[in-house]
Amino acid sequence: MLAFGVSVVLNRDPVASALSLVGSFLCLAALFVGLDAFFIGVIQILVYAGAVMVLFLFIIMLLDLRAEKRRHFNRLALAGGGIVSVAFAAELIHVLAQFPMGHLPFRPLGVEKLDDVRLVGTTLFSNFNLPFQVVGVLVLVATVGVVVLSRRELK
Amino acid sequence: MNSIILNNYLLASGLLFTLGFAGVLLRRNIIIIFMCLELMLNAANLSLVAFSRFHVGADGLPNYNAQVLVFFIITVAAAEVAVGLAIIVALYRARQTTHVEDIQSLKF
Repeated sequence: MLAFGVSVVLNRDPVASALSLVGSFLCLAALFVGLDAFFIGVIQILVYAGAVMVLFLFIIMLLDLRAEKRRHFNRLALAGGGIVSVAFAAELIHVLAQFPMGHLPFRPLGVEKLDDVRLVGTTLFSNFNLPFQVVGVLVLVATVGVVVLSRRELK
Repeated sequence: MNSIILNNYLLASGLLFTLGFAGVLLRRNIIIIFMCLELMLNAANLSLVAFSRFHVGADGLPNYNAQVLVFFIITVAAAEVAVGLAIIVALYRARQTTHVEDIQSLKF
């Protein structure tokens, strides 16, 4: 998964980058299934590896992007970005090493068969009913926004 | 063999987030920056699911609140991708570029 992630960042060709992202998402879905979150794993494959990445590839093909030519890099920005990222990773490892709960193993589940989809659905529609409807409105707004953006000629 | 601890997942999630972060800072192609944003969202999802599985309740089930939150994140991310790519297409039509350093004025 991390190897695919590295390849997303480093690839010069947007298509190769997008395909690595698909690989990264598939590995992530495998991790979700390994964590007994079957519903989330399936959704990850369907929505991300399916819909979102097809959209990305479609846009890349539509815009006919070629592999980036080697530009004159802004060295200061490059160094700054590298330093910030490495510092972030170092800080993260430092914090995780001190995190007491992090060293505990996962406890086994107390049930024979995990009724995953039903449980997610019950939680979603009982405890999170209002956020669910808000998300519905959000998706509607996004749809309208996309239609407006793609119809109007920007001057 | 050592059993898998929570930190393994948190570390993977954090490194994935760092990769996305580095990509946003270092790359100059707006579509790749957008993909790196997705990478960061997914890193957050991974740590949420790991905590969900880690926190086994009294009834022996994982904590499903976290998984519902992941579901919301995926929904919002999908909507965000649609809007963002529409904006990128509009930008490309106006400017014929996806290179962020070519786009420096706030107003066309």
